[in-house]
Amino acid sequence: MRIDWTAFSPWPALAGGVLIGIAAAMFALLNGRIAGISGVLGGLFRPVAGDIGWRIAFLLGLIGAPLVYRLFATLPRIRVDAGYVALIAAGLLVGLGTRYGSGCTSGHGVCGLSRLSPRSFAATAAFMGAGFATVFLIRHLLRL
Amino acid sequence: MPLVASLLAGLVFGLGLLISGMADPAKVIGFLDLAGLWDPSLAFVMAGAVAVGLAAFAFAGKRTVSVLGEPMQLPTARRIDRRLIGGGVLFGIGWGIAGFCPGPALTALGMGEPQAFVFVLAMLAGMGLFEWLERPRTGRVIDGIIRP
Repeated sequence: MRIDWTAFSPWPALAGGVLIGIAAAMFALLNGRIAGISGVLGGLFRPVAGDIGWRIAFLLGLIGAPLVYRLFATLPRIRVDAGYVALIAAGLLVGLGTRYGSGCTSGHGVCGLSRLSPRSFAATAAFMGAGFATVFLIRHLLRL
Repeated sequence: MPLVASLLAGLVFGLGLLISGMADPAKVIGFLDLAGLWDPSLAFVMAGAVAVGLAAFAFAGKRTVSVLGEPMQLPTARRIDRRLIGGGVLFGIGWGIAGFCPGPALTALGMGEPQAFVFVLAMLAGMGLFEWLERPRTGRVIDGIIRP
């Protein structure tokens, strides 16, 4: 295993992680809910009266974060290597998989692991394992 | 008040994604690429988030109403079954292909990235497909109305 020392950024990663933890803590303690993005978004597909506003508010905060960030600093540049066909396939899989699996990196990963939930440990192992395997397949076996 | 708290939680979450590097698919793929030049940064994101989360959920788990008086709606499901693992695997494959998971994709959408827009549309379609596949099947459709 070779470490990419030029890309390695432990301090911003840790600081951003703490913020994500604080957001999940706020949502649990103030709203009594799990900050699981796929669940918050997916719940809008079967709207129930009184169960819509908080979802929209949370998602607006998430989508609006770059606008607030830009008031204080230059937005980090991001890079997407996947082409549009790959993005569509990936999006479909992520949408379908997170709903069948009842959660994603935030709901199972951050919140579930914090709750010491065996179910979330299993789900996190499944999607992390599949993520590692997929990148290995694409980058090292298929060499796309 | 709960709506404001919800908005703020989403905002802080998004800022965390931006600062940590999670919103950058290339960095996510760098983390998932164990066999290449590996960037372990995202393990630190998880460590930071879970360190705070452990304390918060230990406290939240004992409460029946939130600080704002909302009912606590933490998950109670415990079953580890094919749906959970199969869903996780499908999600992981998609995550590995593009480097986007749902939260970062929405934040990247807010950055105005066209690729995030395409990904999010496809993700919504995937969620819609789930709703369609899992639609209630007990009734019969007569004249366009589902009757039990």
